[in-house]
Amino acid sequence: MVGNPGEFAIETLIINVLLVLMAAAVVVLARTRNLFAVIVLSSIYSFLMATVLVAFDAVDVAMTEAAVGAGISTILLLGALHLCKSEETQAARRPWLPLAVSATTGGLLVFGTLGLPAFSDPAAPIHTHVAPRYLQEALRETGVPNVVTAVLASYRGYDTLGEITVVFTAGIGVIALLRRRRNSNPEQKK
Amino acid sequence: MRRDLVLRVIGKLLIPFILIFALYVQFHGDFGPGGGFQAGVIIAAALVFYSLIFGIDATRKMVPDKLVETMVAGGVLIYACVGLAGLLLGGNFLDYFVLHRDPVLGQLRGIFWVEAGVAITVSGVMLKIFYLFATRGTDPE
Repeated sequence: MVGNPGEFAIETLIINVLLVLMAAAVVVLARTRNLFAVIVLSSIYSFLMATVLVAFDAVDVAMTEAAVGAGISTILLLGALHLCKSEETQAARRPWLPLAVSATTGGLLVFGTLGLPAFSDPAAPIHTHVAPRYLQEALRETGVPNVVTAVLASYRGYDTLGEITVVFTAGIGVIALLRRRRNSNPEQKK
Repeated sequence: MRRDLVLRVIGKLLIPFILIFALYVQFHGDFGPGGGFQAGVIIAAALVFYSLIFGIDATRKMVPDKLVETMVAGGVLIYACVGLAGLLLGGNFLDYFVLHRDPVLGQLRGIFWVEAGVAITVSGVMLKIFYLFATRGTDPE
């Protein structure tokens, strides 16, 4: 919710400072060999991302980013680090091919954004299709003042069912991979 | 970290409020930011925090593996059952209008249970993954 030009300038400044800090975190992250430092840096990166999302008024996403990206995944990475060495080994060969693949993909994605409508352009197709109807009718039809919740849980209930099935499948996959087999080969266990 | 007095005291003070905040995010999601996913993640984060301070065994005693695994599948089942309830009451799959005589109250009821399902599965999956990672290589069993 931007009121006057001064507020807008401050918000832009805050977002840009946060983005510069994120870029710095990524550069340090890529150059660090100590995996503990890498995990802490990626947690810092997630916290910065969450703050940027708060500045964009996307509080739902910010909450998720702070709890999952900065909180739980940091703990999971630390748990994984507990099981391996804390120094990253040097790559056997210079990773030119992966670098080329990442640079090309990144370049294509940036090229793709050139075709997108300008940020928060009210005439963009996404704002002229079903969004006006949701904004106008959601409260009357669902009784829920928060349009995000109405869209997620009601209008797009199928999509959310799909999403939750994805979370479920991911959980089942991790269980299948990591759960110890109690009955098979008990003497071979370390 | 089990003998760290400051952490124990702060943890005991904060964790109840984190859990209440999760419930607030869950049930206030109709009015403010939040909803099932965020609430589930916050619950899981609170329990992970608890086990960082008091040890994974204490957490597993409080929230046993059986319960967590039931939550993983239970949430999806609740969600799908809301959809099936719509079918059985004469509507389409995931049609909430038929869940109550008043269509708006039907919507509210459908959204409530769907969000509950999301929160249960998300917190279950997060906790289960954490348990699996945290007990690997340490648990003698």
